[in-house]
Amino acid sequence: MTTQDGPAWAHAMYDALRAQGVTQIAYVPDAGHRVMIDRSLADPEVHSIPLTTEEEGVALLAGADLGGARGVLLMQSSGVGNCINMLSLTNGARFPLLTIVSMRGDFGEGNPWQFPMGKATQAVLEAMGVIVLRAEAPDDVLPTIQAASTMAFQSGEAVAVLLSQRLLGAKKF
Amino acid sequence: MNNQPATRDTAKAVARFDITQRLVAKLHHEEAVIGGIGHTNFDLWAAGRRPQNFYMLGSMGLAIPIALGVAIAQPQRKVIALEGDGSLLMMLGCLATVGARQPKNLIMVIMDNGAYEITGGQTTASAQGTDLAAVARATGIANANWAADEAHFETLIDKALATPGPHLIAARLTSAKPAGQTERDPAQIRDRFMRGLGTKR
Repeated sequence: MTTQDGPAWAHAMYDALRAQGVTQIAYVPDAGHRVMIDRSLADPEVHSIPLTTEEEGVALLAGADLGGARGVLLMQSSGVGNCINMLSLTNGARFPLLTIVSMRGDFGEGNPWQFPMGKATQAVLEAMGVIVLRAEAPDDVLPTIQAASTMAFQSGEAVAVLLSQRLLGAKKF
Repeated sequence: MNNQPATRDTAKAVARFDITQRLVAKLHHEEAVIGGIGHTNFDLWAAGRRPQNFYMLGSMGLAIPIALGVAIAQPQRKVIALEGDGSLLMMLGCLATVGARQPKNLIMVIMDNGAYEITGGQTTASAQGTDLAAVARATGIANANWAADEAHFETLIDKALATPGPHLIAARLTSAKPAGQTERDPAQIRDRFMRGLGTKR
């Protein structure tokens, strides 16, 4: 795939984050983040950082902030469950956090194993003090990302943007 | 033995507070230090306050990932993660992330006492066969060594500070108690560290 492929909203999201000064893009891969990951790999001014597990990303973004840089963590909703305890770091030391979460276990899901975490994603993030914004349609994405990045980088909040399967399309597996 | 690399079995058990003091004494260029949860950061605190020290009161296993984020953001600065064996065992995957990325300015110091000391001294897997320096080498971190004794620890630190990394230095510890206890204000710890690095906006 070239960096031109994929939905326009995904490219707009990448461009908006770069315009906000994001230089560290960390992720556990998901198909819903393909454009963001490919754009980051092709961008010489961005550090594209694959992780072995999402908790590493919570820590990496804290380190980025300590070092004066801005980062974003990309993960699937399953990964939110992995992060919960580690959000104590974010919350306790008042680190900014911006994470973009591609959903499983919501609109149109056909795999029953995905539902428990899909249904719990927003609730557990909010229980750990993370502000949750949702994007359901292509036109939602850019304003939601712009709002979230202002809330994270200007106000120092922890913010998650959930990309619904209504936007992404439900997977066949 | 002097001609052979030290292993966990041959390494002398050293005192954590002593080697932490030896490490801190070598930091003259505002190197950043991330002190992992537990006695590791207690002894970093006790070894002398530095604005460039970040002390972890929680989040077991995240010292190396935090240090990696700082190291990427601050490529001209040496960044040192101090992590206990129990913590690293919880997040072994972070070594694979470091091995894949090869950050030149990252130094990892593993304080291996073979126990979850702070919870009552229960045995860790590193005391039962997991060689954390060998795990690091297996991820592609070529400069991963056991410190044979205190003097060798200093030699390894000198080399790590002077040459491109990533470097991992593992030290086998005695069960000595920590020499102090870190302050309890995470937001202040973050703020002070960022002022120490000049990154506070």
